[in-house]
Amino acid sequence: MMFLLSFWTQDYLVLNKTFTLNNYIEAFTQPVYQLLFSRSLYISLTVTFFTVLLAYPMAYFISFYGGNRKALWLFLITIPFWTSYLLRMFLWKVILGYNGVLNSFLLWLEMISEPLTFILYNSNAVIIALTHGWAPFAILPIFVSLEKIDRSLLEASRDLGDGPIKQFFRVILPLSMPGVVGASLIIFIPTVGDYITPKLVGGTDGLMIANMIQVQFSKANNAPLAAALSVSSLVIVAFISIVFVLFNKKYLRRY
Amino acid sequence: MVKLVQVENVFKSFGDVNAVNGVSLDIEEGQFYSLLGPSGCGKTTLLRLIAGFEKPTSGQVFIDNTSMEGIEPNLRPTNMVFQNYAIFPHLNVEENVAYGLRNKRENRNKQNKLVDEALELVGLSGLNKRSANALSGGQKQRVALARALILKPKVLLLDEPLSALDKKLREQMQSELRHLQRAVGITFILVTHDQYEALTMSDRVAVMFDGKVAQEASPRDLYELPTSQKVASFIGEMTFIEGEIIGENKNLKVQSEIFGQINIDKSRVFGQSSKKIILGIRPEKITIVPKTSRSKNLVSGKIIDVSYFGETTNYKVSCGTIETLTISSQNSVGQPSYSVGKEIQLKADLDNIIAFSA
Repeated sequence: MMFLLSFWTQDYLVLNKTFTLNNYIEAFTQPVYQLLFSRSLYISLTVTFFTVLLAYPMAYFISFYGGNRKALWLFLITIPFWTSYLLRMFLWKVILGYNGVLNSFLLWLEMISEPLTFILYNSNAVIIALTHGWAPFAILPIFVSLEKIDRSLLEASRDLGDGPIKQFFRVILPLSMPGVVGASLIIFIPTVGDYITPKLVGGTDGLMIANMIQVQFSKANNAPLAAALSVSSLVIVAFISIVFVLFNKKYLRRY
Repeated sequence: MVKLVQVENVFKSFGDVNAVNGVSLDIEEGQFYSLLGPSGCGKTTLLRLIAGFEKPTSGQVFIDNTSMEGIEPNLRPTNMVFQNYAIFPHLNVEENVAYGLRNKRENRNKQNKLVDEALELVGLSGLNKRSANALSGGQKQRVALARALILKPKVLLLDEPLSALDKKLREQMQSELRHLQRAVGITFILVTHDQYEALTMSDRVAVMFDGKVAQEASPRDLYELPTSQKVASFIGEMTFIEGEIIGENKNLKVQSEIFGQINIDKSRVFGQSSKKIILGIRPEKITIVPKTSRSKNLVSGKIIDVSYFGETTNYKVSCGTIETLTISSQNSVGQPSYSVGKEIQLKADLDNIIAFSA
């Protein structure tokens, strides 16, 4: 349906159903769409990177030091889900705003002389909010892959002369790569298309492709173009994901 | 001989459980040493204490006259073959074997040569690039051995390395391990719950029960001269008979059940002297003799159970006050086999009786 629609044209109130590639040409040549595509990719790749980077130590801690409280730790991680996503994103406005919690606190500490403005209503705000919102989704797959590592392999690596750091890079990280790849995909794919977060905390500098798709569908009343943008972003995401998976093929083969 | 590994009064407790309860051992250089005991006796914990994976609650381990206190496993002159082999699944055979070498500052060509030598030593030449997942149990075992031996440790620790293999392969690996140990001259410490494995492979065996060493001896002494009833019944089978000391000169004069009055050499009596003693006799030291034969010390009994083992047949016999006396008899042509319920006559080789104080 979406795919068909993307080859049609909107003639004011009616759909012109003659086949055309104009929508795609527009989607890939108009600077505004290029900008939005690249910004979306930049934001979601950065979010993916930081989410995985932050989630890994947490998953590591729960898996190796959780003892018999692993279930409790995992339960605590789900606590943010008790409030709605929308509410959590709104809270970031309160935290990051001009007179927000963070700025007031830093001013009070006299670490800054005037409120920071680069943290709200731009890409950075979107990155911070998304990283927080998606962290639990990254922790779980990494946790599972860490749990699956046979503990005797860790002893074997120590026995064969590895210190803790070497052990991490030679055994733990390679064996938990399937979890890292899984977590990356789980974060990357949905965040590219997120539109609530940029709308709430992104201002105009933080808008992403999904916001444009929404505008085209509703206000601009150009469903075919919106469809073309959607299909394009789908293809781009799929392409990047496949490249990423192929890149990590070595780690993803079944042990 | 030089004492290579010394365990000095080591205790290790996990919560309220005392896994190792005051163990002292001296293990000589170049020995094939076994820690034998039922599961839960603390033998694996003791091995892990030597390897450094556990820290003793009290006591010390010395290797080569150096205290191992506070020394991490990666810095100890020991290497281990793990029970489940712990082969790195993300690496191939060659990478697994070279794993520890890569921590050393030797050039790659030399390392690769060592890897090839190690693989040849364990009979895996040419499998360098094979994936770890494509290996059979026996091959994993060999990779684990090569991986540990390539580092030329002072002590090689083996944690029930053969328990996951089938019987035939296990026996083959037992003799290979034995040959390997002689060839490389490294001290091996083997943990096993298999009595025959310990007896056939080792120079010395320590039998452990409940975190303590019950007896430390050569395999022959362990079988022929066990110092306690517990060790005697753990290593092979033994029938116990009650007796009472009635006199003493150069031998001990004992009035026993079924065998009547017998003399026991004092070197075969263990434990504090008391009037009541327990006599023990191995199944193969009793033979079934024809009903017609007349000699001293014949005992009659009735067969209550027969188990056929191929090379031998084991009979459980009830005679007099003894409910079950176990007899093992060699199977050969001309040797009659008996069935349950049959009345038979027994002759015991009384020189082989040993005595424990009750």
